[in-house]
This record gives sequence, C-alpha cells and structure tokens, in this order.
Amino acid sequence: MPVLRLEKLLKRYERTGYDALKSISFTVEPGQIVALIGPSGAGKSTLIRCVNRLVEPTSGKVLWGDVDLVGLNSNELRGARRKIGMIFQEFALVDRLSVMENVLSGRLGYVNFWQSLTRRFPQKDIDEAFRLLDRVGLMDHVDKRADKLSGGQRQRVGIARALMQDPDLLLVDEPTASLDPKTSRQIMRLIAELCRERKLTAIINIHDVPLAKMFAERVIGLKDGAVVFDGPADQLAGEVLTRIYGEEDWEEAGQRALMKFVQLGDGGPSVDPTRLAGLR
Amino acid sequence: MAEVAPSVSGRAWTRPPMIASATLRWCILVGTIVYLIAAFITLDVNWQRIAQGWERGQRFLGGFAPPDFVTRGDAIFDGVLESLWMAFAATVVGIILSIPIGVGGARNLVPPPVYIVCRSFMAITRTLPEILVAILFVKLFGFGTFAGFVTLTFATIGYFGKLLAEDIEAANQAPLEAMRAAGASWLQRLNYAVQPLVMPRAIGIAIYRLDMNFRESAVIGIVGAGGIGATLNTAFDRYEFPSAAAILLVIIIIVLGSEYLSAFCRRLVR
Ligand SMILES: Nc1ncnc2c1ncn2[C@@H]1O[C@H](COP(=O)(O)OP(=O)(O)OP(=O)(O)O)[C@@H](O)[C@H]1O
Ligand SMILES: [Mg+2]
Repeated sequence: MPVLRLEKLLKRYERTGYDALKSISFTVEPGQIVALIGPSGAGKSTLIRCVNRLVEPTSGKVLWGDVDLVGLNSNELRGARRKIGMIFQEFALVDRLSVMENVLSGRLGYVNFWQSLTRRFPQKDIDEAFRLLDRVGLMDHVDKRADKLSGGQRQRVGIARALMQDPDLLLVDEPTASLDPKTSRQIMRLIAELCRERKLTAIINIHDVPLAKMFAERVIGLKDGAVVFDGPADQLAGEVLTRIYGEEDWEEAGQRALMKFVQLGDGGPSVDPTRLAGLR
Repeated sequence: MAEVAPSVSGRAWTRPPMIASATLRWCILVGTIVYLIAAFITLDVNWQRIAQGWERGQRFLGGFAPPDFVTRGDAIFDGVLESLWMAFAATVVGIILSIPIGVGGARNLVPPPVYIVCRSFMAITRTLPEILVAILFVKLFGFGTFAGFVTLTFATIGYFGKLLAEDIEAANQAPLEAMRAAGASWLQRLNYAVQPLVMPRAIGIAIYRLDMNFRESAVIGIVGAGGIGATLNTAFDRYEFPSAAAILLVIIIIVLGSEYLSAFCRRLVR
C-alpha cells in the first residue's frame, strides 16, 4: 500500500485570487486514519479535493507512492481515481436511481460504457455490492430509490459506493455534518471500522472535535490554508484548539460535548465478527 | 419565552427593498410611467375605424356559425392526420437531434468552444420565426408536409436543446462530482449523473413541444407546408367559414386532449 505525501501543495482560486492552501506538506502512512480539522473556510475541502484533483492544485505535488497525481493526464487520472474513494457531506447520491444503482456506480471506472448503460455489471461486482449493503445495514432497501432514505441511510449508501471502488485511499469530506449527533457517531464508527478492516488510508474532514478524537489516531489542524497542528489525537486540548480555532473555553466545551455522547448512549451498529470474515 | 428587552420592543421592521438606492428606485418608477403614457399618446387610435371594424368583425364571426364538419369532412380528417404525423415526426426527430446539441450547450459538461458553438446554433434556430423558416423550406422542398416536417424539426431543436441545456446546468452538480471522483468516463457520467436528474422534466417538455408543433403546423400550413393549416387556408380562400370554424374547433379539441395527455404522462414519471 502506497504512502500519501503532499509536497508544498498550493491552491489559489483564480477568480478571487485567494490562496486557500499555502504550501501544505505532510505524509500519511499506509492504513492511517487522519482527521483534518479547522474552522470554516480553513481549506479542508479544498485540500481533500486537491488530492483527487476535483480541484486543480496551483502548484506542488500529491505523491501517491511514486506517482505524482498532479502530473497525470486525464486518462491516467481516471485510472488513479478508481482507487481513491470519496464520501461527501451531502451524500452526492443520484436521487432518482435505486440504492443498488448508486452503489454499483462506484464500479464505473472498471466497467465499459455498454455494461454500465445496460446495468449489466459483472457478477463479482454485484456480489460485492450485496456484501457491502449487508455490511452497512441496507439489505432491506436494495431497490428503493435513494431519495426515499433517511440521511443516515443515504450516507451508508455513500459509504458503500466509495468502498465498491475497492479503494486504497478514502477521502471523506464532513461525512456527518448533515446528520444528528447519534447518527453522526454511528456513521463515523462505520467509516473507521471499514477503514481498519480493509486497511485503508483515510483523510477525514470533520467539524466535530470530540468525534475526531474518538475515531482518528492522528489529527491535522488547518487554519487559513496552513497546517497549525499535526499530532496524535489525544494532544488535542486547550492550547492546541485555541491555536486552530481561536479563543474559547475548550476544556468546558469539550466536557459538555462528551457528556452529550455519554447520555446518548451507544446505539451504533455492532460489528459481527463472523460477518467481517466474509469480507475480502 | 424570553422577555423582550424594553429598548427593543416597538422597533419597526420592513422588508429591505430590492433596489437599495431610493433615487434609482423612484427614477425607474417615474420613467416607466412617463414611457407608458408617451407610448399610448403615440399609438394614434382611430376610434371611428374601430367602430366600423367591430361591426365587420361581428359579421365575420357570425359567418362561422354554425360550424360545418360535414361538407369538407374528408379534407379535415386528412389534414388532421397529416398535421399529427408532421408534429409527431418532427418532435421525435427534433428531440433526437437536439440531445447532443443541448448537452453540448451545458457549460458544466463540455469545453468552452463546444459550448459556444452549440449555444449559438440554438440561438439562431430560436430567433428565426417559424413562418419564415417554413417559407424557406417550402421554396426548397416544394409544397407539402415534408417542408412542414423540416420546419418543425428545426424549431424543436432550438427549443428543446435550449431547455435541456438549462436543466443540465441547473441540476444538482454533486452526483456529477461524485462520478468524476469514482473515475467514470464522460458518457458514464452523462448516463448516471445527468440523465436521471433531467429526465422527468425533459419528458414533460417533449410532450409540450408535441402540442406546440401541432398548433404550429396549423400556422405554417398557411404558407404551403401542408397539414391542417393548408386545409384551413383553403377554407378561408373559398369563404367557407363554417368549415373553417369546424377546423378551428378540431384544433382546439386536439390541443386540449394533448394537455390532459401531458399532465397524465408527467404524473407517470414524477
Ligand atoms: N470555487 C471557489 N472559488 C473561490 N474561492 C473559493 C472556492 N472554493 C472555496 N473558496 C475559498 O477557499 C477557502 C477555503 O474553502 P474550503 O471550502 O476549502 O474551506 P473548508 O475548510 O472546507 O470550510 P468548511 O468547514 O466551511 O467546509 C474559503 O475562504 C473559500 O471562500
Ligand atoms: Mg468544507
């Protein structure tokens, strides 16, 4: 599994002339789950989108192993993107397609146009789709239209779709910002579990500091397009949070947030080890 | 409920105006009124002529009653069939041709040069009045339904293509981005992230265009492009106003029918 290394990554939005990323460099080890935190406008989404070039970096390198993703032509980029799954805040599902079609759309990079047009995916893709739908708890909704699901269910479809790509790297942009606190936690746990099961490298943008601490081993703090913190999640407290977010009584806020989770109780989907064994 | 602080209660609120500058607001209002008055003054209405015309108009309309479906029954039937065929064929062919042009006119799917070419083509087809296009094609292909069919196809391309392009641009862009991130090809993105989103409205527009094409066929028939319009024209030429009335009624009934049909189809696709 390759190492992900950003080198002096810079993004200037030409229209406004604003530097959303100012020479970002860091390395993510294989299998590491990194939480990217920072105030609104810090450049988290820009950073994550520069990795798979949904946003075109202005300069710098995105090294995936030996390959610089920034240097790829459009065909090579398509090939590279197949191995990079992405999960979105607003789910980005195709509302009028069924859950199954949405999940299978994760395979579009692997099948030819005719197969995708006629929805005749290889049997092994369909098997994998059912396995994933079972894993995320959506077996009863396979042929439902995606817009008939609740927010949490929709994000599960989004997760299954990303994993259909059989990715090595997962880019996750605020997966829980449209969800209630309990569902947020379930979704975060699901993502973290799946990353560990499949040994995926993951970068997760997240607003919620307690959630970040709970599910990521490493946290990178971004402010005004620059890295202001990079370290293990348990160092995330008082002074560091002030550096990232500005003045505020973090100890007390953190306590309150944690209390909330304790009161909510643990309603997450439990992992059945026998089921996991069937996955790859 | 929190107590309202005394210093805050009684404070007025009105909706902020759309145009912030009060001067500009008044200028626009006064300007519009002055222009309207000026426009009416220059209209130069001849009331005497209107009074005469009123009477003539009444006689003219009286000539229509009662509508006569029988005398020219065969011609009316053939004309309707021709028009329906013309409208249907033009709608189908026009829409098939307009899909690539409409997709090419969606800024979020194609590079700028393609966008400009497609948009310009659609702008041209929409600016030319159908009646002029019909005259041109009648000159090119001779009298009859083929000229009408080509005219309506031409008009359909501009109309449907433009609405399709606007729909694609206005649709939710997130699925498109997700498909791009998954490594889908351009055609696959079109099939998965665009088509499902624009389909319901496109079907509604297609049915509406069919209805429009039928009505237009009555108009362009007058310049020789066949169909019910030609029948109508003949009836007028021969001063057979009861037959003309029958034709107009038939047109109205068919348009009404298509209205219900389109509502029904839209419900089906949601
Ligand atoms: N397309 C764009 N054109 C111009 N400026 C942009 C564009 N997208 C983002 N920006 C600017 O770049 C900066 C970083 O934006 P970004 O969306 O990456 O922030 P973020 O950290 O994801 O914020 P949030 O937590 O609110 O999602 C912001 O100042 C934003 O205004
Ligand atoms: Mg963001």
